Amino acid sequence: MTSKRSDVISARKLGLTFQTNDGPVQALSDVDLTIGKGEFVSFIGPSGCGKTTFLRVIADLEKPTSGTISVNGMTPEEARQKRAYGYVFQAAALYPWRTIERNVALPLEIMGHSRSEQRERVNRTLELVNLTGFEKKFPWQLSGGMQQRASIARALAFDADLLLMDEPFGALDEIVRDHLNEQLLKLWARTDKTICFVTHSIPEAVYLSTRIVVMSPRPGRVTDVIESSLPRERPLDIRESPEFLAIAHRVREGLRAGHSYED
Amino acid sequence: MRMLRPSWQAVAALVCCLVAFALPGMSTLELEARANPAAVIDYPFMGTGGLVVGLLVLGALASMIRLSVWGEAVILLFAAHFAAWLLLTGIMGYEGSALAPFFLLIAAGWLLVWRLVVVLSGIRTTNRSLEWTLRLVIPAIFGAWLLIIWEAATRGFGIPFILLPPPSSIGVRIASSLPVLAADVRQTIFKSVLIGYVLGCGAGFAVAILADRVDFLRRGLLPIGNMVSALPIIGVAPIMVMWFGFDWHSKAAVVVIMTFFPMLVNTVTGLAASGAMERDLMRTYASSYWQTLFKLRLPAAAPFIFNALKINSTLALIGAIVAEFFGTPVVGMGFRISTEVGRMNIDMVWAEIAVAAIAGSVFYGVVALIERAATFWHPSVRGG
Repeated sequence: MTSKRSDVISARKLGLTFQTNDGPVQALSDVDLTIGKGEFVSFIGPSGCGKTTFLRVIADLEKPTSGTISVNGMTPEEARQKRAYGYVFQAAALYPWRTIERNVALPLEIMGHSRSEQRERVNRTLELVNLTGFEKKFPWQLSGGMQQRASIARALAFDADLLLMDEPFGALDEIVRDHLNEQLLKLWARTDKTICFVTHSIPEAVYLSTRIVVMSPRPGRVTDVIESSLPRERPLDIRESPEFLAIAHRVREGLRAGHSYED
Repeated sequence: MRMLRPSWQAVAALVCCLVAFALPGMSTLELEARANPAAVIDYPFMGTGGLVVGLLVLGALASMIRLSVWGEAVILLFAAHFAAWLLLTGIMGYEGSALAPFFLLIAAGWLLVWRLVVVLSGIRTTNRSLEWTLRLVIPAIFGAWLLIIWEAATRGFGIPFILLPPPSSIGVRIASSLPVLAADVRQTIFKSVLIGYVLGCGAGFAVAILADRVDFLRRGLLPIGNMVSALPIIGVAPIMVMWFGFDWHSKAAVVVIMTFFPMLVNTVTGLAASGAMERDLMRTYASSYWQTLFKLRLPAAAPFIFNALKINSTLALIGAIVAEFFGTPVVGMGFRISTEVGRMNIDMVWAEIAVAAIAGSVFYGVVALIERAATFWHPSVRGG
């Protein structure tokens, strides 16, 4: 199958084996997946199922050992060189010697945007994540939730069409997390980006995604791909609707089928 | 009791004063004068002995009255230092004649100052300038009493000048040889130390960047670097004199050798200090080597680099002074120390040591201040 023009990511028989001191570890095996433009795809599964590894392969932070993958019709390396995606890590990874403003401007500096354009984009993205007024603060002066929002602003600043998010809200408390989930959906609706989102929370995956990829470990593989029937417009209380619960149930079943909870 | 706030230091000072008062005389000369009332013998503390005891007793008592903190501090400061001044000026000219009461009174003054420092350390204030003043005053009092006790011991016991001169005569010597000291500082600090320091640290830094880029340098140079940094300075200095001549060039070369490797090793360690996630982030931006170096790795390495700069600031001074022992024009701190010790001018040696200590502290302090400004973001500076 050749990738269609609207396919952002297309993986065929993708496999990755790490060579460790304890012998080879198969992190990904036979992953077939196509992600179209404008989708919000969540990857869910227990730790060790390869969901983060898959995201890192898309980002060209890991090299696959078998199979093929294309990002925007290019190899991941070419896509990275073209700055095709923004990546949000598990921790905010803001540089403590830079103010929030200058942290968000970091990718813009590297990509050689002019000063005035940097300022304009920083203001716009900080507004997008509700951090206006905190430009001059240093990261260590903000709460964890605000730091993570700043790191999302940094990933958005250079307007890549693809956003890769690796458990970005994993370390935050439930209330902050709900709030950021809601904001993320609004942002997605407004910007029409393609988002790949790694999580280990079932409600988070169901609430956010148009498609949920269920994975299981040893070796890391895709066990189920669930299309969400929820509308694009999602208030927080949609999580009590029977439709939501039905999808959540199917995700849980998928995780069980992959024997994810056996240990 | 509500009027009083006893402190053990003040009580102990009172006991010292009482014992001193009960003992017969403050000096051997005083005992002699008492034994032969007919002879005219000058002895120390003829009129001031009672005054000193009175000052200390009153100071100790007044400090225990429930006053404001500042009242107590002023009383202690005045009583202890006025008494110390009387004691030290009194014993001058009668060195070696002091008896137990003299030392007991010094001890009483020292106890009152102990109390004073406790009181000052206990002050909690939000006023920034006051806080800064206190931070300077407390160590200053501490240092002053080190000198007072040194002075009292050398003069009281009559320690030979050659072994340990009293600080007051070192001070007099510094004041009377300012031009010589200034010339030595110019030669040793402004030429050998500073030029060697800048060259050594700069070269260490540059080679660290090079070793970071070129793998075989890192693997080959660093182990050898550790060996070179273990070279004995005493052995290297005469060789440098042969290579670079007697003037400051050879001393600067010794300083370069001493400062190069701490800088190299610390910078290489610092360049590896940035986190994996931060480096992955730069990779996702397709950032070039130099962009990653300047925007991430060097800032992250700054605490390590400043550590090397601080270590080197003291190493450079030691290196330059020691190197001057092996041949130099007739100026320089190391030269002066080595010749004056031969001429038994121990006070001049101490004067050079004092100047070197001050210069070294200023040097270190300036580097530390720059460090605070440059690594304000580091948890060790921002405090949490």
